[in-house]
Amino acid sequence: MKHIKTLNGATLVKSAIKGGCGECQTSCQSACKTSCTVANQECENK
Amino acid sequence: MIHKFNQGGKYIVIDVNSGSVHVVDELVYNILDYYPNMSSNEIIKCLSSDFSNEDIDEAIKEIEILKNEGLLFHKDTYLEHESFKNRKPVVKALCLHVSHDCNIRCKYCFASQGDFKGQRALMDIEIGKKSIDFLLNNSGNRKNLEVDFFGGEPLMNFEVVKEIVTYGRDKEKEYGKNIRFTTTTNGVLLDDEKMEFINEHMHNVVLSLDGRESVNDFMRYTINGKGTYEMIIPKLLKMAELRNHENYYVRGTFTGFNLDFSKDVLHMADLGFKHISVEPVVAEPHHDYAIKEEDLPTVFNHYESLAEEYLKRRNKGNGFNFFHFMIDLNQGPCVIKRISGCGAGSEYIAVTPEGDIYPCHQFVGNTDFRIGSVFDNTIDKDIYESFSEAHVYNKEKCNSCWAKFYCSGGCHANAYNFNKDIMVPYDIGCEMEKKRIECALTVQAKLSEEE
Repeated sequence: MKHIKTLNGATLVKSAIKGGCGECQTSCQSACKTSCTVANQECENK
Repeated sequence: MIHKFNQGGKYIVIDVNSGSVHVVDELVYNILDYYPNMSSNEIIKCLSSDFSNEDIDEAIKEIEILKNEGLLFHKDTYLEHESFKNRKPVVKALCLHVSHDCNIRCKYCFASQGDFKGQRALMDIEIGKKSIDFLLNNSGNRKNLEVDFFGGEPLMNFEVVKEIVTYGRDKEKEYGKNIRFTTTTNGVLLDDEKMEFINEHMHNVVLSLDGRESVNDFMRYTINGKGTYEMIIPKLLKMAELRNHENYYVRGTFTGFNLDFSKDVLHMADLGFKHISVEPVVAEPHHDYAIKEEDLPTVFNHYESLAEEYLKRRNKGNGFNFFHFMIDLNQGPCVIKRISGCGAGSEYIAVTPEGDIYPCHQFVGNTDFRIGSVFDNTIDKDIYESFSEAHVYNKEKCNSCWAKFYCSGGCHANAYNFNKDIMVPYDIGCEMEKKRIECALTVQAKLSEEE
């Protein structure tokens, strides 16, 4: 495409298919302990 | 729903519901002010003074291709998705308050200088063991569990920490689980023996430091009023070295007194730390150190300048990780987790030295939120369910917000502290979070350019 560069596809749609296993780290435990940024967590079920 | 922004010379478009992120040119960026509400001819009329008709037409066609591929204007269907409807939260993470006492005093401490508005107290091993049992018995089929030693200052009760780890290691085998222990510490009591134990047994360590000496010492000082910087820096650096600069964070808080916090982040990077998290203080406006609405433009400028420097250093080979700029666009958490949020009060609970259970560390001390005790192995169902249901679709403000799948509804405790309702997010926190996400995506856009 000339006008648009896509960085990533429909990752959320795909993630729903086998999502919700709950094995990933609790977001608040990771580094912040006050404000949530969930999107920078890692999936345990890649 | 889409969200678009222009930062650092990049025009970025987020397709909120699919999760797709696009870097576009100025023309597409402008077309999206009108598309899909106007026809192609109407859009051409609006933009023809700045762009050729052919280019506008071509750009609209590209937008339509992405729309047809489900990468723009994707509908939100997750609420009805089986994975979401069938989710069954179980307790999988403990914040273990092994010490309601602290050896330093911090002006902004939400724990009321360590005692959480109660008696100064240390957890005994029996309560520690009961907490581990509670976790193991209430974690259903989840294999990976977490236990964070927290306080006050957890190293003030280090013998009990060691005993709890030993107990947990024995019990996890029996239950077929994997417990990841972590600890948060102000570093004052770190010595060789504690470092060795922590490095052997703890999956992650959060080391508290606010940044520049003057900034740190203004907020973080000993009981005698002496700043902690000089005392802790050699210990924190040694700890980072011993961990091969992996699986730790130096974690600071910035306040209204250091709105130029980007300098504190860079100071920590200059000291040699590789994993850094600096968070805005959460404080009501009457505190002199609170971050107020009028401070937001300054805060935003510092996030932007930090993003630029973050990239520069990375390109020069002396990069560092800043917690809030880390977004994995391809392998981040699933949308079900992003809807559900931090998990406080459902998947994540805090246990006090007395064995009382609260939804998270931020609610400890507010007895309205006491949801049970490790002694009776029960949880108040009403409170538990209200937290389990506090997801982005049930929060009116989040439902229409573009950032909902990045922040996942924000911190319930912040919402409660400011609005007395866990379903109404804390506005200033939301604005800062949105800016951090935009910075993180700008970083990704620029990195992709270099690949």
